[in-house]
Amino acid sequence: MDSPSANQTFLSLQNAGIAFNGVDILRNINFDIPKGQTLVVIGESGCGKTVLLKLLISLLQASTGKVLFDGQDWCALDDKRTNDQRLRFGFLFQGAALFDSLTVFDNVAFGLRAHSKCDEKEIEKLVLMRVKEVGMKESVLGKKPAELSGGMKKRIGLARALILNPEVMLYDEPTTGLDPIMTDVINELILQTRKTMPVTSIVVTHEMRTVTKVADRVIMFSPLSRLKPNEPQVIFDGTTDQLFKTADQRVQQFIHGEAKERTQDSDHNAHRDEAS
Amino acid sequence: MSEALRKELRSALNKVSQAFDGLGDFTIFSALSLATIFKKPSTGTMIPICFRVGVQSVPVVAITGMFIGMVMAIQVFSQFQSLGMATQIGQIINVSVIKELGPVLAATMLAGRIGSSMAAELATMRVTEQVDALICLGVNPLHYLVLPRVLACVLLIPILTVLANFMGVFGGSMVCTEIFKVDPYHYWQNSRGHIQIWDLSVGLIKPIFFGAAIALISCHRGMNSRAGAEGVGKAATSAFVWSFMSILVLDFFLALFFNNLHQAIWPDNSIKTFGPK
Ligand SMILES: Nc1ncnc2c1ncn2[C@@H]1O[C@H](COP(=O)(O)OP(=O)(O)OP(=O)(O)O)[C@@H](O)[C@H]1O
Ligand SMILES: [Mg+2]
Repeated sequence: MDSPSANQTFLSLQNAGIAFNGVDILRNINFDIPKGQTLVVIGESGCGKTVLLKLLISLLQASTGKVLFDGQDWCALDDKRTNDQRLRFGFLFQGAALFDSLTVFDNVAFGLRAHSKCDEKEIEKLVLMRVKEVGMKESVLGKKPAELSGGMKKRIGLARALILNPEVMLYDEPTTGLDPIMTDVINELILQTRKTMPVTSIVVTHEMRTVTKVADRVIMFSPLSRLKPNEPQVIFDGTTDQLFKTADQRVQQFIHGEAKERTQDSDHNAHRDEAS
Repeated sequence: MSEALRKELRSALNKVSQAFDGLGDFTIFSALSLATIFKKPSTGTMIPICFRVGVQSVPVVAITGMFIGMVMAIQVFSQFQSLGMATQIGQIINVSVIKELGPVLAATMLAGRIGSSMAAELATMRVTEQVDALICLGVNPLHYLVLPRVLACVLLIPILTVLANFMGVFGGSMVCTEIFKVDPYHYWQNSRGHIQIWDLSVGLIKPIFFGAAIALISCHRGMNSRAGAEGVGKAATSAFVWSFMSILVLDFFLALFFNNLHQAIWPDNSIKTFGPK
């Protein structure tokens, strides 16, 4: 465990694709994620970033191709093994996905209660530590998720995902809806988590701040509806520096002209709504 | 064959195959959910659900039950009186309430009250990714979410049915003795002995099936909900519609089964049986 060789592939997509109701969302995706890397995934709304994260943890199954984790194809595992493998992940959902019926404390403690032999005292200590880490006060612990703001939910979701010390962290837009200071706190936390544990992180984000701060590598997706039939869906794969220097018009537009991108995007969505 | 007819036929066939798909899907869902029973329910899941299913349904069920009895009394009284059998009215009310109306109407009320709320709750959890979050935390949603609901319904709906029956009998007797001035002594004297242990136990076994059907159907609807507020609403509605239909269908087959069983055990008893002899 102590010094994983830099290029050891941990997660890998091989010609992976997925379709919903006959509509392709991801097609022929190929890339490897080495152990310990922090990969940032960007791309416009609706291009399938969340779907990609769910493929990586096998919440969704690829309709074509393979998704490998730690050398094993998810499809080849039985239920028990799949479950064990999933526990090596932490997933921060886009909408935090806190359990409504439980208090904040029980939400964060959920993984520990289900899978560790810690007694209540230890659980309390660990929960408190995680909650402080994400910049929240102790007083929120007794509240229900419905009483929290969107950004607070996000941070509690992060605390819950980190509590079992995962080997892979999947962050779905960890800083969306947070103020700039909190954004920095979370970015810092992502970096810190990396330093303290050999975590492999996949961060989906729209915020350039997060990209520049945490990324070892950046991948940009494009929605299939904007591509010609055989164009690859990954339109950029490289370091942050390369991202800012690349000549690709679509990438530049995304980084610099976010406003323009957004209006186009809503047109695009309106179009799709009409179609459906 | 004309093109239009062919198209029509194909779409009809499609609908049928979809229905079978749905049924198969539901069967698998139920089997997988019931298979989780070998592990005891997670701590903290049973009590809140039992509270919601059991305690909070008491007023609704009690009122439903009482009015069933009262309405029965009003409808039956004039007929019996014209035959000069007003004092016999108790038996018909009690038998109908305990054997059929109590269990079926209580279950229907509960399908509306509990079934749709369970479906809406699970549907919300589904669309807000809470079910995904459970899976990621290594917890089987069927065990964590569905099993406690099934157990609560299976255990508590029979008890609520007893309450509905009791209130029905009480309501009927109140209307007869207080409004129609039937002599209470004769009323009770004549209704005694017409309800047997057998009827009571059938009336208790049926709600077990109703409870399982309500819980499984509602949870299935919820867990397979489509995204968005509309999906959640649809899940709740269809949970009620399907639970209600399955209650009636189950009631028919259970009545058939128990009548035949009764006949098999006590062949010379006067209960009529249906179906092939
Ligand atoms: N369960 C599903 N059933 C049908 N379609 C789905 C499902 N999940 C996702 N999609 C479709 O897949 C596409 C990609 O969705 P996804 O949630 O991955 O987008 P995203 O890139 O995460 O966007 P955002 O940045 O807005 O979160 C969307 O068009 C969506 O409609
Ligand atoms: Mg998303």
